[in-house]
Amino acid sequence: MPEVKKTPLAARHEALGARMVEFAGWYMPVQYRGIMEEHRTVRSLAGLFDIGHMGQVDVTGPDALAFLQYVTTNDISKLEPGVAQYGMMLYPDGGVVDDIFVYRRPTGPGFFVVINAANTDKDVAWLHEQRQQRQNLDVTVTNLSNELGMIAIQGPKAESILQHLTDVPLSSVKYHTAVDAHLDGIPCLVGRTGYTGEDGFELYCPIEQTGQLWDRLLEAGTPEGLQPIGLGARDTLRLESRMSLYGNEISAEINPLEAGLSWAVKFDKGDFIGRDALSKQKEQGIRRRLVGFKMVERGGVPRSHFEVQVDGKSVGFVTSGTSSPTLGENIGLALVDRSVAGVGKPLDIVIRGKPVRAVQVKMPFYKRPGA
Amino acid sequence: MTEVPKDLRYTRTHEWAKFDADVATVGVDDYAQNELGDLTYLELPEPGTTVTQNEPMGVIESVKAASDLYAPISGEVIESNPEATNAPDLVNTSPYQQGWLLRVRMSDPSEANNLMDAGDYEKFLEEQGGGH
Repeated sequence: MPEVKKTPLAARHEALGARMVEFAGWYMPVQYRGIMEEHRTVRSLAGLFDIGHMGQVDVTGPDALAFLQYVTTNDISKLEPGVAQYGMMLYPDGGVVDDIFVYRRPTGPGFFVVINAANTDKDVAWLHEQRQQRQNLDVTVTNLSNELGMIAIQGPKAESILQHLTDVPLSSVKYHTAVDAHLDGIPCLVGRTGYTGEDGFELYCPIEQTGQLWDRLLEAGTPEGLQPIGLGARDTLRLESRMSLYGNEISAEINPLEAGLSWAVKFDKGDFIGRDALSKQKEQGIRRRLVGFKMVERGGVPRSHFEVQVDGKSVGFVTSGTSSPTLGENIGLALVDRSVAGVGKPLDIVIRGKPVRAVQVKMPFYKRPGA
Repeated sequence: MTEVPKDLRYTRTHEWAKFDADVATVGVDDYAQNELGDLTYLELPEPGTTVTQNEPMGVIESVKAASDLYAPISGEVIESNPEATNAPDLVNTSPYQQGWLLRVRMSDPSEANNLMDAGDYEKFLEEQGGGH
């Protein structure tokens, strides 16, 4: 067994009374005070997340754009300096290697790619392998995962709290853009994005200064209600906002068209790995569809991998489910046969052997006011 | 600190029971509610159901996970707590008072001897490394 990895903030989480768990090979806080309370804090005020388990890769060189166009699904050529976009890397059969977030560096050359913790080693190996197969391209792939800390600040108060640490006017940093900025003197990449459905920022800093950045943010934000938030609430927040989790909604076995992510697949940009397989599927018709549902009958909380039935016949499975802290209802996402998909149509979720009635609803389950 | 009231008896699966003549009031304890986290769903046996000591009698779910409830004592369920079923977070905030789960008419009150008293239970929690 490989050793469990720790971010530079592990001792701080323990001191804050967090319940620590192993997640994707990392020793991480699942909750500090309680998932419900932490969830509501992010929706109403602001939350601070250690997401140092996530990976980062630099892709540089004259052919960086051409290389990324070929290994990812979205159209990288659309990215102006400082602009970011969601996309995926696919296997040739259309299955997902990982979902990624690609920044074109605001200053300086190349692209900065954020990848999932559980997939970091796999992704880096995949990128190097693709690089090897394209010797004609002048491109360099550099794994920065061990050199960078990553902190997210999310919630309606995120901008005003973060503004205490920098002179850069954050109101001019638009959604899905990034700036290079000094935060309390620490050189950071500051991206306006997140995984909660709220306004907020993801911050990348030199790993040895992660502790300082965390402490300054908590100091500056505590008077405005900022609290540290664990991975438990991170999951309920992203699920209410219908954001995919690799391994649940997408995987090597679930492709982007099935998962409702065709908006991040640009067939018209030219060739990319997985394009042919997805094009063929599109022509033949997508067999399965990811749908949102809420439970309308008592019987428990839907969980990942629970069977879904219609008229007693298996039609798919739950990919993610929870008790929604915002809605006060049991909600979930399920991958089901296309024939049974449709807002308003019923599904039965098999909970402890019993079919329990759910109804399909419009997604996302939660949208922040004004978004 | 885990609260362990002196006047209750406890199971190794973290249920409690309080005895009054031949009726036992039953719930889950402070340790369990804290371990499970925010509770969102309770499935309890209906009045009239017979439960058996150490056998599953229901289900408790938090945001994170589902867990079986085990009967601390055998007998017939005479009442379940509708407030707890409607708002399971009562079990988080008041596991021994408002958050009680069932009242059971005991078929064999001597089974109470199979349960731990508060002192033994505190030792048991310490051995589990869960004494908080």
